[in-house]
Amino acid sequence: MNLHAETPKNFFTQEGTKTSVLRLFRNKFLTGLCIVLSLLTLIPLFSIIMLVLKNGLPLVSISLFTQLPPPPGLEEGGFGNAIVGTVLMVAIALTLSIPLGVLAAIFITEYAPAARFSAAVRFVAKLLTGIPSIICGVFAFAAVVMTTHHFSALAGGVALAILTLPTILLTAEQALLGVPNAYREASFGLGATPFQTIFRIVLPDALPAIMTGVMLAVARAAGETAPVLFTALFSQNWIHSLMEPTASLSALIYNFASLPYDYQVKMAWSASLILVTLVTITNIAGQLFFAPKHR
Amino acid sequence: MDGKSITAVPSSGLVREYRPRPDLFRAGCWIASGATVALLGFILGEILFKAWPAICKYGFGFLTGIQWAPNRDSFGVLPVLIGTAASSFIALLFALPLGLAIAIFLSENFLPPTIRQTIRFVVELLASIPSVVYGLWGIFIVVPLVQQYGSILANKFGFLPIFSGPVYGNSLLTASLVLALMVLPTITAISRNALIAVPPTLREASYALGATRWETILGVILPTAAPGIVASTILGLGRAMGETMAIAMLIGNSQRLTWSLLSPSNTLSALLANQFAEAEGIQVSALMYAALLLVIMTLLVNIAGEAVLRRAQRTVVGLK
Repeated sequence: MNLHAETPKNFFTQEGTKTSVLRLFRNKFLTGLCIVLSLLTLIPLFSIIMLVLKNGLPLVSISLFTQLPPPPGLEEGGFGNAIVGTVLMVAIALTLSIPLGVLAAIFITEYAPAARFSAAVRFVAKLLTGIPSIICGVFAFAAVVMTTHHFSALAGGVALAILTLPTILLTAEQALLGVPNAYREASFGLGATPFQTIFRIVLPDALPAIMTGVMLAVARAAGETAPVLFTALFSQNWIHSLMEPTASLSALIYNFASLPYDYQVKMAWSASLILVTLVTITNIAGQLFFAPKHR
Repeated sequence: MDGKSITAVPSSGLVREYRPRPDLFRAGCWIASGATVALLGFILGEILFKAWPAICKYGFGFLTGIQWAPNRDSFGVLPVLIGTAASSFIALLFALPLGLAIAIFLSENFLPPTIRQTIRFVVELLASIPSVVYGLWGIFIVVPLVQQYGSILANKFGFLPIFSGPVYGNSLLTASLVLALMVLPTITAISRNALIAVPPTLREASYALGATRWETILGVILPTAAPGIVASTILGLGRAMGETMAIAMLIGNSQRLTWSLLSPSNTLSALLANQFAEAEGIQVSALMYAALLLVIMTLLVNIAGEAVLRRAQRTVVGLK
């Protein structure tokens, strides 16, 4: 029998001290490794931010926001039409998804919180968040572009609406759940109808948190390319109607990134800078200004 | 006065008569919720309907065919399916250790809360950067890097099929590396929640038995949080499979079947992004078929991820 194996590991013997030094070393080593791996992730992020600033800033000027994209080879112009297109399509998406999402959230929290149906709505909303953004584009292509026979801002807006709907629904649900039940009880106790309670008491209280969700949805929708790529397509001109191909910032980055013209590539970087700034500001604004009250 | 009205107080100017009316607002809310559920069915139905001609024409051969040639009406997605699986798995291979390290870092008290808060913010920033911007950055940074170090890899380890040349900058490896960055926030956020949910009593018990911090993390906390970490990986896989733009810009879009990580490949999402705008006739239908495959795959992965996550949360609640 090996005596050594039967000796319990003891801190007071010399053997024990050695293992405990080893254990402490291993502890320090793993802490270091963990910190190094975490910092490693920051490198690409800083690289992206530095590059977007370095390549995007030189071109930023007023004309970038007011002029049209230049034909290949020319070194002037901007992407005013793409900014208008992005804003327009996000607006279409929100006019479709905010009413639908908020009303559905009201139903599953205020009217039938425990119903099977509400659980199904919640589950489907979760699944919709997991649907790839390109599938929103494919659906809008099948449902809108193939029926109207036009690539259009409307089709792009519909695709983005499907993308934003689950975000708005699920955050609105959380917002409504955050309203204290005592408020509802007090309102009912004073003789208010469910409709009055929801509109005068619950919604005003939940509004800031709902707005946070809307801001998150806007930030996501503005940056997405896949849903608008083959629904709104792209355009070199200002938009005249909802039923024609429409430019967007994200599609402009994709289209110009691989062009052999230096100026176009620079424009892609500037568009990236504007998009990243926009998305970051919307995200931070959503979290700072509309922070939920009850926590 | 009809029989339905009820007067609680003798009619005066102050009290209105109560008449039960159908609650139109409730009906509106019900319709909105129903529409949300129907939407998922509508999306699947519409894509299935438009894919039907291709499903009838190619059947299961579509899944095993290796040729994608629109000019000859010959469509098979096997290389694309392999590309989708390979890029997602390689991305997870990089993202899982990094994401887990950050999640541990954020859930332990190595550093003061302010610094942890900053790192959390930075990771959330990674999540909010649009996919195209990752693509643009990849074209100018990752593609040259892979080109440079890829040829070294191919020289030294070229005997392995996965590193065999010729080396391309726009390759499976490039796309997978950028994809790893993009799924990192998902994995970090969900793993962090799982680690935070571990009851503090378990940690205290482990410390009381004389375990060091890392013995506690590796022996007690990680095993307890394992289901949540598995869920984070599955949901990360779901994101990786559906991610489109950065991959479309970096993977090289080739439907050739190869073993090498250093040669161009393609994924279902990138295939859709590249071909939809110019597709005609049966090609549209074939692309719809590919989209149907993609949506079914991501739905299944996400359902599995949600199920594991739900079970994980129940287990942790049971421990308290």
